[in-house]
Amino acid sequence: MEEIQQYTAKDFKSDQYVRWCPGCGDHAVLNVLQKTMAELGIQPHETVVVSGIGCSSRLPYYMNTYGFHAIHGRAAAIATGVKVANPKLSVWEVTGDGDCLAIGGNHFIHSVRRNIDINVLLFNNQIYGLTKGQYSPTSKRGAITKSSPFGTIQDPFRPAELTFGARGTFFARTLDVDLKTSQMIMTAAQKHKGTSICEILVNCVIFNNGVYGWISERETRPDRTIVLEHGKPMIFGKNNDKGLVLEGLDLKVVNIGENGISEKDILIHDAKCVDTTLHLKLALMEGPEMPIAMGVIRDVDKSSYEAELERKIEEGKNAKIHHFDELIESVEQWEM
Amino acid sequence: MNDNLKPSSNIVIKFSGDSGDGMQLTGTMFSNLSAILGNEISTFPDYPAEIRAPQGTLGGVSGFQVHIGSGRVFTPGDEADVLVAMNPAALKVNAKNIKSIGSIIYDTDTFTRSDLEKAEFTTDNPFDELKLMEKVQLVPVPLTSLTKKSLEGFDLDNKTVLRSKNMFALGLICWLFNQPIDKAISFLESKFDAKKDLQTANIKVLTDGFNYGNNLHMVVSPFYVYKSENLEHGLYTSVSGNKATAWGLIAAAEKAGVQLFLGSYPITPATDIMQELALRKDMGVKVMQTEDEIAGINTALGASFAGALAATNTSGPGLALKAEALGLAVMAELPLVLIDVMRVGPSTGMPTKTEQADLQQALNGRNGECPLVVLAADTPANCFDYAFQAAKIALEHSTPVILLTDAFIGNGSSLWKLPKLADMPAIKLPLPPENLEKFTAVTRDPETLTRYRVVPGTPKMMHRIGGLEKDSVKGSISTDPVNHEKMVAMRRRKIENVPVPDVKIEGNPDAEILIVGWGSTYGHLISAIHQLNEDGKKVALAQFNYLFPLPKNTAEVLKKYKKIVVCELNGGQFANYLRANNNGIVIEQFNKIQGQPFTVSEIVEHFNKLV
Repeated sequence: MEEIQQYTAKDFKSDQYVRWCPGCGDHAVLNVLQKTMAELGIQPHETVVVSGIGCSSRLPYYMNTYGFHAIHGRAAAIATGVKVANPKLSVWEVTGDGDCLAIGGNHFIHSVRRNIDINVLLFNNQIYGLTKGQYSPTSKRGAITKSSPFGTIQDPFRPAELTFGARGTFFARTLDVDLKTSQMIMTAAQKHKGTSICEILVNCVIFNNGVYGWISERETRPDRTIVLEHGKPMIFGKNNDKGLVLEGLDLKVVNIGENGISEKDILIHDAKCVDTTLHLKLALMEGPEMPIAMGVIRDVDKSSYEAELERKIEEGKNAKIHHFDELIESVEQWEM
Repeated sequence: MNDNLKPSSNIVIKFSGDSGDGMQLTGTMFSNLSAILGNEISTFPDYPAEIRAPQGTLGGVSGFQVHIGSGRVFTPGDEADVLVAMNPAALKVNAKNIKSIGSIIYDTDTFTRSDLEKAEFTTDNPFDELKLMEKVQLVPVPLTSLTKKSLEGFDLDNKTVLRSKNMFALGLICWLFNQPIDKAISFLESKFDAKKDLQTANIKVLTDGFNYGNNLHMVVSPFYVYKSENLEHGLYTSVSGNKATAWGLIAAAEKAGVQLFLGSYPITPATDIMQELALRKDMGVKVMQTEDEIAGINTALGASFAGALAATNTSGPGLALKAEALGLAVMAELPLVLIDVMRVGPSTGMPTKTEQADLQQALNGRNGECPLVVLAADTPANCFDYAFQAAKIALEHSTPVILLTDAFIGNGSSLWKLPKLADMPAIKLPLPPENLEKFTAVTRDPETLTRYRVVPGTPKMMHRIGGLEKDSVKGSISTDPVNHEKMVAMRRRKIENVPVPDVKIEGNPDAEILIVGWGSTYGHLISAIHQLNEDGKKVALAQFNYLFPLPKNTAEVLKKYKKIVVCELNGGQFANYLRANNNGIVIEQFNKIQGQPFTVSEIVEHFNKLV
């Protein structure tokens, strides 16, 4: 057996100068990814990072792993091919909101539906950065951008909703500045067998600065976000005094210690629940009334596409034909 | 053997009826029987795009033409000696293509007034209306009522009974061509193994059809086609071009010692390749039917990067969608086989019909300076060889290769001498030398310029590939102007380094006229050349299979002839391509853009006028 070597984050850094803008949220994500891989014991030579086109899609060049910087929107299809051809590889897809949900929307939903075992880092900054500031499929209705000087007149996609609509088995969310949660969800994504969607809310300092400012500030973040963990109560707030309960069919924020509410009244997060109803409600929570959900929202066990394919091929080993000459022998033939 | 046999060396039979009449099955069974009994064969299915057009209408006619012969059979034949017409629409559609003194066997039960009206006849006598009375021998057979009678007492619904009439026709044709039906019976036994009632019924109808001919001493005398004698001795089967293509990829993967991956999206007339490969889980073939054409090629590119022999198959509209990813394959220098089974364009065109009009798209249909290898197969059987060759070139030179076939050879079938893997050429993967200091995205063989193959999972050789221009030395991304020009030249030189066999000249060695063709027109062109030379006209043929790079002797060959005529099923794409590459040589052209192959007679006629 091959010896498993222990690596550090440095071993995952390539010799390329990182060219993102100073202050771009992508820097933090790159650092967490390298740290996470090292701590998970992933082997650099057994890792492939595939990306599409866009600022975040430059990431593979900065990784000392195998990498494929592909074409706009197609990272999901290419990552799928890599994983199907060699299921032993750890395959990561790096993509942005435009790359993944506009030009690559079809590949996105179908990779999720197939449940290919790839880890998708979806960098969502709600803007096209590399083409200098046009609205993306996740830009809020009314967003003023270079291509929508009078505000957009369409609703955005919500990645979680698309993922669940495509029968996704894993969805998690983090903020670029929240290194701890980022590492937690990347670790969970690598462990999950199937398509793991990690929506990373990143700040574009140039074209969409501060789009997540109201939740990313260190001071206000604990009150405006909730980090969900499987099996733990849905408690948040600077003083851990707020929680989520169900009221009718809706989620509601309550204050622990008020109106007779204690910790035992708070919902326990079940990421493994097959039914998507509550996961969807959690993922779609919007401020300021509700906290934005972070962490692993859904993590459901289901066999992956490439594992099913390997199983079919394994079954095929019982058949009589394995070689070309045997295939030729099997046809109706005659001497002439 | 029957009495009064008409001995013959070559016969063309056309089975024609509604698209639900089972003509494709009948034709396939008959051609296989003929081949088993020692004839050379060539077939051409000609079917509508509609799965079930309104019954009895001209738009719903589905045909299957079979050419059987004792000599070399290169084409499915121009005109039919025998037409089997299951209804008036089938008669009308095929009337132009029946030989004088040919025979028409037709189902009298379907020649009622309403059937005639559906086929847009205006009188009660369709044969007279089509001016066939003098030309052909009519063989009226009440196929429908005889089939019903044959199945009396069987517990089958009326629809199933009617659908069996193709077997009555097949039985009759077997009698007419002096072919014992035991092979047909054993075929039906295996086809309907799970449905015993249908098995018994079909065999009964087939046998009754045969006996009907035998007992009633039909007015038409039976044919006897001599057995082929000039074939290379060996084991043969009958194969369609699409199946041969799929198997060529299988052979190449095994020869190279890599797994085979196909990313594909259904498209007429290429889908059979995917379906053939999807059957082969026993051989470890991985087939993904993806969400679209674009994902078909991109999953293949991913699989190629991960070490598979990766392929994608499509037709013209799909090739257009895959253009961007082909550019990526060129830039990332990854092996990939793309098979384009060409059909009529532009746009959706005529999806089930044949054409050679994707040539320029294959050669040039990408952004940037984007050279890749383009090959074309010329018969159903040699789709196998060219698919193998496409895979060999892709793997050995780390490049995408486009293989052009078309609806004519993809769906058509011909005899195939069964190959053995040991007899196929070796495939040598371009692995890096062991003493490399550093491996990057541009590390290549200094002589062939082929990028070395290193797949993920290999320790210490991690590298990043992609669609951005790379520094020719460091492999990092680069926008340096001079570097780009250098890389463009390198990519072209690398493809030009791919060894290509010389183009061969067939026909008269002293010819003044050279006919130039490429791909699937070979059968018709070589048949025409044999005929022209027999008539004393000095004509030769140069048929191209390697379209980029062109054979090294191309210019030398063209210079030898006073007159050069490029014959192709498009508006002159290969002619223009040769003109652009052979300054000063006058190149004429002869084209057909009707969704049908050439006929031998129209080529002969054209060149008779020229000589």
